[in-house]
Amino acid sequence: MLDQVKTNLLEIKNLRIEATSYPPGEAPRKVVLVDDVSVSVQQGRVLGLIGESGAGKSTIGLSAMSFARGGARLAGGQILLNGRDIREAGAGELRGLRGREVTYVAQSAAAAFNPAKRLMEQVIETSLHHKLMPRAEAEARAVDLFRKLGLPNPETFGSRYPHQVSGGQLQRAMTAMALCPRPDLVVFDEPTTALDVTTQIDVLVAIKAAIRDTGVAALYITHDLAVVAQVADDILVLRGGKKVEYGTTDQIINSPQQAYTQALVSVRSIDHAEKPDSAPVLSVANITARYKGTNFDVLKNVTVDLSAGQTLAVVGESGSGKSTLARVITGLLPASQGRITFAGRTLSADLASRTKDDLRELQMIYQMADTAMNPRQTVGTIIGRPLEFYFGLKGAAKRARIQELLEEIEMGAGFIDRYPAELSGGQKQRVCIARALAAKPKLIICDEVTSALDPLVADGILKLLLALQEREGVAYLFITHDLATVKAIADKIAVMYRGQVVRYGSKTDVLTPPFDDYTDLLLSSVPEMKLGWLESVLASRKMESGGN
Amino acid sequence: MRRIPLSALIGLILTGGFFFVAIFAQLIAPYKMDELVGGVWDPVSAAHWLGTDSIGRDLLTRMIYGAQVTIFVATCATILSFVTGSVLGFLAATAGGWLDQALSRFVDLLMAIPTLILSLVILTAVDVTTINLILVMGFLDATRVFRLSRAVAVDITVMDYVEAARLRGEGRGWIIFSEILPNALSPLVAELGLRFIFAVLFISTLSFLGLGVQPPLADWGGLVKENSAGLVYGIPAALAPAIAIAALAISVNLVADWVLSRTTSLKGGRGA
Repeated sequence: MLDQVKTNLLEIKNLRIEATSYPPGEAPRKVVLVDDVSVSVQQGRVLGLIGESGAGKSTIGLSAMSFARGGARLAGGQILLNGRDIREAGAGELRGLRGREVTYVAQSAAAAFNPAKRLMEQVIETSLHHKLMPRAEAEARAVDLFRKLGLPNPETFGSRYPHQVSGGQLQRAMTAMALCPRPDLVVFDEPTTALDVTTQIDVLVAIKAAIRDTGVAALYITHDLAVVAQVADDILVLRGGKKVEYGTTDQIINSPQQAYTQALVSVRSIDHAEKPDSAPVLSVANITARYKGTNFDVLKNVTVDLSAGQTLAVVGESGSGKSTLARVITGLLPASQGRITFAGRTLSADLASRTKDDLRELQMIYQMADTAMNPRQTVGTIIGRPLEFYFGLKGAAKRARIQELLEEIEMGAGFIDRYPAELSGGQKQRVCIARALAAKPKLIICDEVTSALDPLVADGILKLLLALQEREGVAYLFITHDLATVKAIADKIAVMYRGQVVRYGSKTDVLTPPFDDYTDLLLSSVPEMKLGWLESVLASRKMESGGN
Repeated sequence: MRRIPLSALIGLILTGGFFFVAIFAQLIAPYKMDELVGGVWDPVSAAHWLGTDSIGRDLLTRMIYGAQVTIFVATCATILSFVTGSVLGFLAATAGGWLDQALSRFVDLLMAIPTLILSLVILTAVDVTTINLILVMGFLDATRVFRLSRAVAVDITVMDYVEAARLRGEGRGWIIFSEILPNALSPLVAELGLRFIFAVLFISTLSFLGLGVQPPLADWGGLVKENSAGLVYGIPAALAPAIAIAALAISVNLVADWVLSRTTSLKGGRGA
């Protein structure tokens, strides 16, 4: 299965990583983060580590440099790098190999760069520190890497400060930093997760080309199977610190053996037919809005309609004005021009002058369920408050209705006295949905509600939302940057770009060519779960630009 | 049952003891507060466990009544500073705008003047009664509480659950008392202990300077002042109240430290 002729650059055998947890009010106890994991990486190959949050992928990635994050211990097994066991290597030896043999690319480049130093200084720092090459050579190599990674003006790029370049460029600069000392192995820890899809594809292409050109081996950590399918030769699927499946990319994607891997591969395959139009529950007409104290319109002349019981997906990159549109509709940010009609009534622009019915019938669900619930209130209080506030329910009647709502979100009545900290991420989001439902709304604004969740959990939430729509006839305004989610749930789509709606219509219309330039770019940038997707996109983009 | 660290346990026992003595001073004290029972600065004896003071009153009795006065004034001042400081702080944080600006700048103004000097000036202008002492101490200390509670509440007001409450149409009262207060309580409770200590030290300082509790009543600071002349002749009567002040400050501090360390866990949740 794996190419055994080449020697193993990195070989991890029966790795076990432990940490001590301190649950409040209990004695400290040992937790096993990674249990009995064995993998190997050969020269010039890329191993993808994939799994949900808490699967131990970053922990394994860091162990390749014999590093364990605060509190964790590399408790057992072997980590063989270039043939020697580095698991219990001393500080001096580790200092020698980190940055020379293994380098690391972090998820958040913006947080990893020193804002006070120019990029060039930071990119060549490791090479100089290890005395691998003289400064002139290091700088020349950095410029060469900048060029390979497709950065603009490679000659002068290094003289900029981190805040002067974009997030995607910064991520590529960090890749250059990792490649500059000519390491044997690079650990990429979710390098594209924090980026927009259209940026992600550029960074992916750059990373893939750089790996190929320099012949370096890599560990590529991500939670997105479609992404890892584009760059990795082999894939290790992890769950709860244990190996689920290990094989070549082709085998994992095309013929997964384990049920968990199959679920990961087939995620987001919800089939959703468009519903016919009916009377609009929400009409947004010519809305223009700006934030206080600025003279820049965040929304420009936005017009969309949403039929009762339908889902309107608002898509766009970060900064396109999607969330601002939600704030304008909810009244948190009064629009400077335009009109919002909701359930046949004209909504007043600011929150304070809206009627209780306006507030009740328009509910909102947030991206981060953690911060959307008061940590000091029980699930019962969180769901019960709207019941009490809008309908005056008290005592047993309120409790009975809370139970009913908990049933609706597919959680048992046993959750009523729990605190948010005692729930999983998916359960938290479900409670937020129940809180919105409690008000018997006509429209729920869903602001990136699945973005912070693992794919399988997100799938469950989307299915729940669809089932609730079927039963309660509630309309959704669904804000997202994830086009796979849009395909799963939308009836209508509005594509936003720089505060304007560039494309609006039914799902089939919006997703069928001919596209405008931006929608085309956006749609073609969404990674697909098949091998060679990246190459085919690049080929078709080259062809188009060649034709122009 | 949660394990209480030794230091916190010592702090709790000592603090509890001081408060017990203060509350039941009239029952515990062996003599009357201003009764002359012996000579000037009599040494320690079976009848007078701490000896007598500068005019022949029983020092232990004076100390017990002193505890009552000190703790009463400090407690009242702390409660006053907390109620005004936190209510105004939360109000400023949730209302924002000009109200926040006006309150915050006014507090900056007050804090720019050293508290001791400002209170000495005020106390020379008004009658030095217990009520006035409490008012002056409470309001001046409220500036500190305002700063803290506003800072804590500003962090909480931007949370999505506060926005959700606002979108639901909740009034400011609900937002302050049900959404913000429970989440701001831990740092405020820890601050409560510290402010109490500062109040004890402050009233002692004022009394030592002669602008605090007036004779024949005396708090610990006043007792130090009355007996300080004896130190020159090697008579240790002034040390007893001084030690009591230090002991109370340290024991409350131990408790406050424990509360603070318990609540700064990054676990979220109830912080319990």
